[in-house]
Amino acid sequence: MTATLLTRDFSHYVKDVDAQIAHLDLAVEGVSCAGCMAKIERGLSAMPDVTRARVNLTDRRLAIEWKKGTLDPAQFIDRLAELGYKAYPFEPVRAELDEADRSKFLLTCLGVAAFASMNVMMLSVAVWAGSDMTQDTRDFFHWLSALVVLPCAAYAGQPFFTSAFRALRARSVNMDVPICIGVTLALAMSLVETVNHAEHAYFDAAIMLLTFLLAGRFLDQKMRQRTRAVAGNLAALKAETATKFFGADEIREVPIAAVEPGDIVLLRPGQRCSVDGEVIEGRSELDQSLITGETLHAQAERGTQVYAGTLNISGTLRVRVAAAAEGTLLSEISRLLENALQARSHYVRLADRASRLYAPLVHAAALLTMLGWVAWGASWHDAIVTAIAVLIITCPCALGLAIPAVQTVAAGAMFRSGVLLNSGDSIERVAGVDTIVFDKTGTLTLPELDVVNAGSVPAEVFNLAGRLALASHHPVAAAVARAAGAKSPLAEVVEEPGQGVRGFVGGHEVKLGSPAYCHAESLANEILSQDPEVSVVAFSRGSSEHYVFAVRQRLRPDAASVIAALQKQGIAVEMLSGDREPAVRHAADALGISVWRAGVKPADKIARIEELKRQGRKVMMVGDGMNDAPSLAAATVSMSPISAAHLSQATADLVFLGNELSPVLAAVDYSRKAMRLMRQNLGLAIGYNVLAVPIAIAGLTTPLIAAIAMSGSSVLVMLNAIRARHAGQGD
Amino acid sequence: MEVMVFLVPLALCLGLVGLVGFLWSLRSGQYEDLDGAAWRAIFDDDPPQAPAPVAPRKE
Repeated sequence: MTATLLTRDFSHYVKDVDAQIAHLDLAVEGVSCAGCMAKIERGLSAMPDVTRARVNLTDRRLAIEWKKGTLDPAQFIDRLAELGYKAYPFEPVRAELDEADRSKFLLTCLGVAAFASMNVMMLSVAVWAGSDMTQDTRDFFHWLSALVVLPCAAYAGQPFFTSAFRALRARSVNMDVPICIGVTLALAMSLVETVNHAEHAYFDAAIMLLTFLLAGRFLDQKMRQRTRAVAGNLAALKAETATKFFGADEIREVPIAAVEPGDIVLLRPGQRCSVDGEVIEGRSELDQSLITGETLHAQAERGTQVYAGTLNISGTLRVRVAAAAEGTLLSEISRLLENALQARSHYVRLADRASRLYAPLVHAAALLTMLGWVAWGASWHDAIVTAIAVLIITCPCALGLAIPAVQTVAAGAMFRSGVLLNSGDSIERVAGVDTIVFDKTGTLTLPELDVVNAGSVPAEVFNLAGRLALASHHPVAAAVARAAGAKSPLAEVVEEPGQGVRGFVGGHEVKLGSPAYCHAESLANEILSQDPEVSVVAFSRGSSEHYVFAVRQRLRPDAASVIAALQKQGIAVEMLSGDREPAVRHAADALGISVWRAGVKPADKIARIEELKRQGRKVMMVGDGMNDAPSLAAATVSMSPISAAHLSQATADLVFLGNELSPVLAAVDYSRKAMRLMRQNLGLAIGYNVLAVPIAIAGLTTPLIAAIAMSGSSVLVMLNAIRARHAGQGD
Repeated sequence: MEVMVFLVPLALCLGLVGLVGFLWSLRSGQYEDLDGAAWRAIFDDDPPQAPAPVAPRKE
């Protein structure tokens, strides 16, 4: 940041470990490999009084502990910046901590169940193999199995028992109800059989079932936890800070969480506003493209309302905060995550609905089996044993794994190609999409400005202009600095508000600013007459050398090829933009989109989407502006870039990262593949039951058959799910 | 076959030791950063002291 006066106050995030040690969590951007991990840990441990610095490579986070009172948190951030990493203090949201706890609990349950499975198998295999085993030995083995399995099943079954209980109390049935009935009956019958010195006991089948199901649940949980961690990091890395007045002259940079309604914050040129509020002092131009999609700048003066996400262009503003920061970002993020948690996949719901039909069907079949055997002349004991075997073997184990396993693998694969899922059922909805509606500004174009005529300026001049531009906060100048890759600012540069910056290099005066300031109006007018869409910034050296940089929003580098690939897959592509017609026409021509509209209001976007939906289309909306949020909600499924306005991001079903548009294509490909696999898996699971039930009804089920059938079908379904790792192009 | 009276509980105890080990590793946070842990194994325990900074580091 600029002003040396400005102090950064991060005390909000510092936690006390004990009387001597303070603790801080940081989200770190750019940690991608083990080298980064070592570099950061060594770099920070070398600071005196730091007692611990540990990077978590999975979550991209850093935990630092130091002797209280010796160091200021801002020093760590500066040190990390020297090492080349952008970091920001981090506070995990409640929901994320809950996820982590739940994941840990599931892993504990899985460990317990796996332990019991393995040890009981050791006993069971002996019983199955030992046909000449004496009855005493067999009973001994059965009792040992009971001793191991009963407590372990009671512990490891908790996730299912609580879920089933909750469903029953709400007078509904979910997948966990038949699972619980099956497991409980299997255990109870095995115990009774053991007491009666019978030949068969089903302890192994019951505990194995729990182990497989827990493995599925754990994977599912892990995926959700990871998505949540990334979302949390992104929220922190968006560097939601505000420059707040503490008294008339003292300003401090504080985390957004520490800003309250009524506070006054300072908004400098080039800064993005992080609060909603009203301008009380100053004049400026505002770029509200993130909120309205309009790329023309709006005037701001005393009394103008500003919203979080607005970019301040030219002047410094004082803003009185209207909505607390909590009201803008944090609450939305947590609501977003809440939705993600609650929204369950359509197909999971389908599976639950199936189990609602399935449970009575299976229970009726078991009852009929029992009555049938009694009518046939079998003893009541044998009839009950057979009926329970039917229940055990039909326990919807594979059915319970079939869909979550595919979702987990597909979500992991999408995650690697830069797509985050916000809602659980987005995969199925994306798979069905046949029309994609794109917004232009910030979605098809990059959110940041770029220099378009870099080739026509000598590299040495470009480089110098870039270094000079580092001194300015104007977004157009910032674009020049970024495009030139400038790192080292020039010394003693003077900024003239509203005009530009100047300094001295090699005896010549160098200037960067408005064409009038640099005496380059004719050159600028020439460029503007060719392309009225660009913004210009001029550069001059001495009195003879003049250059003009043309700056505009540039299309995402792979936008054209992604659009072409989508169209090739038979997906209709449209563009609806709030921007002016020439700009939209230009983009549509460059991308080969034939259906487009310019100057569209949010209500018109919704109307168009509704119209498409009435025609029976499945519409995916991809947009980033706050004005897009309603149309994102109206579409069948929606997607936003990570740079989008908070509201849009919270509404979107999927969020994509990075500067490329390819994640949109990846999302479609992976979802279609995943959908095929989910159908296959449902087929496999149902097919398994169709085969297994007659065997059970015929009374031929032995524990060995139950164990093989159950684990076999689970493994089959899991292996099939792993195929979702690779998007099937064309197959 | 009497030997089984010892061997089988012994086997179960070994399994139990494994479970306790697993629970301990879970509780001590060893599953929180699987990506990082994979790399830490190949780092030097005692990194060569970077020259410069202040004060010798105490282990």
